[in-house]
Amino acid sequence: MASLKDLRGRINSVKSTRKITQAMKMVAAAKLRRAQAQAEAARPYAQRMERMLASLGAAVADSPEAPKMLIGTGRDQVHLLVVVTAERGLSGAFNTNAGRFARARIRALEAEGKTVKLLTVGRKGASYLKREFASRLIGEVSYHTVKRIGFEQADELATRITAMLEAGEFDVCTLIYNRFQSVISQVASEQRLIPAPLPANDTAAAPATGGAPALYEYEPGEEELLAALLPKNLAIQIYRALLENQAGFYGSQMTAMDNATRNAGDMINRLTLNYNRTRQANITKELIEIISGAEAV
Amino acid sequence: MATFDLELVSPERLLLSRPVEMAVIPAVEGDMGVLPNHSPMIVALKGGVIRVTEGGRETERLFIMGGFAEITPNRVTVLADEATPVATLSRAAATQRVTEAEAALAAAANDAPEIREKAADRLMAARAMQDAAQAA
Repeated sequence: MASLKDLRGRINSVKSTRKITQAMKMVAAAKLRRAQAQAEAARPYAQRMERMLASLGAAVADSPEAPKMLIGTGRDQVHLLVVVTAERGLSGAFNTNAGRFARARIRALEAEGKTVKLLTVGRKGASYLKREFASRLIGEVSYHTVKRIGFEQADELATRITAMLEAGEFDVCTLIYNRFQSVISQVASEQRLIPAPLPANDTAAAPATGGAPALYEYEPGEEELLAALLPKNLAIQIYRALLENQAGFYGSQMTAMDNATRNAGDMINRLTLNYNRTRQANITKELIEIISGAEAV
Repeated sequence: MATFDLELVSPERLLLSRPVEMAVIPAVEGDMGVLPNHSPMIVALKGGVIRVTEGGRETERLFIMGGFAEITPNRVTVLADEATPVATLSRAAATQRVTEAEAALAAAANDAPEIREKAADRLMAARAMQDAAQAA
């Protein structure tokens, strides 16, 4: 049985752990609010971009000159998976979920005989997937030095993906990230980036006259506009994923730290009970010793 | 006077959303003034200043670093890559951008024409920013 001193030591150490997890929970809650606000602020741009793209895409989609980013390379052989995870751990199953989802996708694609290339964003995903798929990994991006994820980072990533597309390094690009559903629920999901899935264009582009082509004038021409708009759209999609990932991470961390705090509390209760019982047993033992000593005299 | 809804959004936030009488936007093929009931258009924008007129006076000047605008008879949506009110532009930051863009253009001297063109566009936008900052 543990001595009183050992028990006291353990109680104290669990108490300090609880303090730490509690502080981390508070920090995560504050950061979550900020991340959510940022995600909220990014929404109007994405919506309007979608609207514009719908009308443009409808005008160009059928022409053979349509940019690669919209219609793809026409093949479906090489898949690029961009896996977005957090930079840090201590967030429950957040990173593992995205990693596991990515692993399942890679296995499924390879079973179909496709070639898979991996680009990881965030340190955790990289270290998770590296163990098994090191040979498919073509790059790692990490933002642990960046204090606040901005559009710049997304733009950089989009430029990199565009360059790879131009060089013909892949045919299909898919983004895997944790979609932020609510503070306590993040769902690992995938989103196709290239070829760009056109937003439901029949409602946005076709005017009420029914099925007539979009009536916009374009300056400069449709193709040039689309060529400029598509990379922007790519960046926006990535930006959104980065922000959702960020918000989801803090949400997940908050929940995990809340659980940890509660567990620490339970543990302290158990240990305290144990401590008191031991203390009482010791006192009783001493009393018995004194009494039996006195009787023997 | 008739008005239309002007919306100015950058990837990071919604900057402006209200009815205005006229807006002058820097399209790639020259500045264009937009009044209500303009024919529908989608235009690409270059670096420059958006001027907003309300109540017969110019009320707002915002600098944008390129982007797109969607024009419909009763609404104009500007998707700016980056937008700042002219009053808060910093001359030092603008000058630094020009220097950076010049360096980037010089570095791209041997690259493909498209890359060089992009660098040149960026330099033009940076110069426009500097001009706007100086005028403010």
